Amino acid sequence: MLHLNQIHKIFNEGTPDEKIAIDHVNLSLKPGDFVTIIGSNGAGKSTLMNIIAGVLIPDLGEVHIGGVNVTNSLEFSRSKMIGRVFQDPMAGTAPSMTIEENLAMAYSRNKTRALRRGVTKKRRDYFREVLESLHLGLENRLRAKVGLLSGGERQALSLLMATFTEPSILLLDEHTAALDPSRAELITNLTKEIVNRYNLTTLMVTHNMQQAIDLGNRLIMMDKGQIILEVDEENKQQLTIERLLEEFKRIRGIQMANDRAMLT
Amino acid sequence: MFTAIFGSFEAGIIYAIMALGVYLSFRILDFPDLTVDGSFVTGAAISAIMISAGVNPFLATILAIFAGFAAGCLTGLLHTFGKINNLLSGILMMIALYSINLRIMGRSNIPLLNTETAFTNISDFFEKTGIDSFFNNMLSTVGLGDNLPETWGILIFMIVVTFLIKFLTDLFLQTEIGLAIRATGDNKRMIRSLSANTNLLVILGLGLSNALVAFSGALIAQQGGFADVGMGIGMIIIGLASVIIGEALFGTKTIARTTLAIIGGSIIYRIVVSMALRIDFLEPGDMKLITAIIVIIALTTPKIIDRSKENKRKARRKVEKLPAIQATATAKGDNHAALKSDS
Repeated sequence: MLHLNQIHKIFNEGTPDEKIAIDHVNLSLKPGDFVTIIGSNGAGKSTLMNIIAGVLIPDLGEVHIGGVNVTNSLEFSRSKMIGRVFQDPMAGTAPSMTIEENLAMAYSRNKTRALRRGVTKKRRDYFREVLESLHLGLENRLRAKVGLLSGGERQALSLLMATFTEPSILLLDEHTAALDPSRAELITNLTKEIVNRYNLTTLMVTHNMQQAIDLGNRLIMMDKGQIILEVDEENKQQLTIERLLEEFKRIRGIQMANDRAMLT
Repeated sequence: MFTAIFGSFEAGIIYAIMALGVYLSFRILDFPDLTVDGSFVTGAAISAIMISAGVNPFLATILAIFAGFAAGCLTGLLHTFGKINNLLSGILMMIALYSINLRIMGRSNIPLLNTETAFTNISDFFEKTGIDSFFNNMLSTVGLGDNLPETWGILIFMIVVTFLIKFLTDLFLQTEIGLAIRATGDNKRMIRSLSANTNLLVILGLGLSNALVAFSGALIAQQGGFADVGMGIGMIIIGLASVIIGEALFGTKTIARTTLAIIGGSIIYRIVVSMALRIDFLEPGDMKLITAIIVIIALTTPKIIDRSKENKRKARRKVEKLPAIQATATAKGDNHAALKSDS
């Protein structure tokens, strides 16, 4: 479904600030794969996400989604196939527009936008139905402005907007990191539920090791722009935080330098 | 007095179309677009030169609208593909349009007196059908018969046209493309991740905005009986004044409410200006200064009022609650110290 071939990206090439963000990375996802990515700050996780989403274009290498080479296609054109949830709950929704208008915009993601009414009666019924699956009561607040929702509610709505058109790839970029623990758990559970329901091919970046272990069928660890560890479906069942940290120490010869990762 | 208010209504309802254009760029796209100062004149210039050349005034007005659309699209292109800051791309277009407008007109002023315009057609129609005398008779019976307006045609025709544009704008902003344009002004990153081409949407939005502005300019030229290369100076501020006054007075709960508020704001702005000009020491040349002061007041007073309300609330709370808080604090001792010694 997703295929990354020898992706390479350097920032500020030829200056003292030169930084190799992604160092010849290969990655393949089969349809229905749910891969969690962990790694310390600056490991290249978010850059990788941005390259898949088309925000950044790699210096070398190719990105294939659903068999199509999208390496040089622009963000808006490939986002027909990609659902994305950002870390910042404010980033995934338009605050001055209503819940139903936000959903209508997400609904037209894989269609051509035209001079049709965005929110029709038929669509509103459908939106109510999908909102019910969030169990937050948002289905009764279709005409409320999204800016009035709490961070957790907005993130749940973003998650729904990213997924209910069943994109080929779902990218989750630390989407629970800015929420308090109970809200984060809620979003984590919703993620599990929604990904299962639509059987979405998913890539999730997280700093929370427990979350990375609990969710998904595969796990990869990144450091300094490289994938240093890949855990497949069979081995992921027995994975623990301690084993992950041991593996990191064995590969890199140093302790993992990430307080947030250590704590959780 | 009645004549002044009647005139304010008539002008206000025509300028309201321009204000709706400014609303599209300034509020919906979050793009302070100074192209307006130029595209307003472009609309006036094109309609004036064509009408004086004998072209049908309605056709001339439609061409003016297209010219405004093109000007707005160019500003959008400068900003999106040229990656020029939004204010600067508007200023660049405004300056460029000044020369273009002079070229279109061939001189700095085109009079349209004794020429057939869209409005003379309409006034004639109202006079012939007797609608004018009907309204004037009504006014006379309520005792306002001293200075009757020349024609009711322009006012009534413009109310119909402006409200038609208002409803079309409301509908457009509810369509899929309209929603995407609104989201472009609200959260670009989000709508791009929902497969919308934000560059095209900015260009389209600015095009539509300036089409309305040029339409308003074409109508003002025909109502006032001239097009002048300097008539657009400060137009963006007049548009802003209408938007801000309207929003503050009539609310912004829904899009339909806001666009209605802006039409109201445009009329009220005209009334305020015509009242201000009745003060003896002010002259017509002071109009821009008055406009600037109105906008400054409209932008600052709500904040000042909010702050003073907040201060009053805090002061009141202090008086009411402080003794109680101090009493509980002394009774229980220092909570922080207690926690520290425990750990």
